[in-house]
Amino acid sequence: MQSDWIWGLVGGGLIGLAGAVLLLGNGRIMGASGILGGLLTKGGEATARIERLVFVACVIAVPALLHYGANVSVEAEVTSNLGLLLGAGLLVGLGTRLANGCTSGHGVCGISRLSLRGLLATILYIGAGAATVAVMRHLFGAFS
Amino acid sequence: MTRLIVAALSGGLFGAGLFLSGMTNPAKVQGFLDLSRAWDPTLIFVMGGALIPMAIAWQMTAGRVPLMGGQFPAPPRTEFDRKLILGSVLFGVGWGLVGLCPGPAIASLSYQGVSGALFFIAMLCGMQLSPHVSIQLDRSTANA
Repeated sequence: MQSDWIWGLVGGGLIGLAGAVLLLGNGRIMGASGILGGLLTKGGEATARIERLVFVACVIAVPALLHYGANVSVEAEVTSNLGLLLGAGLLVGLGTRLANGCTSGHGVCGISRLSLRGLLATILYIGAGAATVAVMRHLFGAFS
Repeated sequence: MTRLIVAALSGGLFGAGLFLSGMTNPAKVQGFLDLSRAWDPTLIFVMGGALIPMAIAWQMTAGRVPLMGGQFPAPPRTEFDRKLILGSVLFGVGWGLVGLCPGPAIASLSYQGVSGALFFIAMLCGMQLSPHVSIQLDRSTANA
């Protein structure tokens, strides 16, 4: 659709603003995998833990409000293939924690401070993602 | 308390941005990663839109401290280690397989049903595996 890129830009702006608020306000980097992973690891200060919990709760709550409350519809069809879901979920969880960042941490927060690690990570996950989609499409005939 | 308000505001903006940008829709992410047919550039606009406020925020950190106290993050590390490379590739494969990365997986939990929940749980399990894989990688590096 023609308007998709406008919504992309608007949504992207809000994502960047979210990262700016967390950085300038609390001095934290807004990385989804780091914040979620931080909740899973034991120890650390209790206040940092509660901040992470509140952050994650609001990331869930606001789209829920928009979707159910304001009735904004969004197309979001996830595969129902159990093996794919579990395998991909494991890879995403393991990979982002090993690399210490995902699309928000390495991509948005890293590249914007000219971090070479962030840039390399982003090139690698986009490259690996594109290769995976190509293999699924041409070898297994997915998405057709 | 004010730190929690900052975390809530940031999480809310992040959730709204992910929702409105269309990035919780796996088809749009896989459409970006699939170079072979009608390419979907939305993700570029999301990234671009997010990088601008974030880059300004990093500029504003110079010579300042966070509004709520504490310290800004240390400058980014510069070394390209195996964890960064391997982790980013694994993440990219998982991202390509299902079209969800950690942020959108959290943001769409309320409306992506059982599939979204299964992916999320598998992702948490992958995150839990990461310290163990990390130790193995450290060991094999030490022996090399």
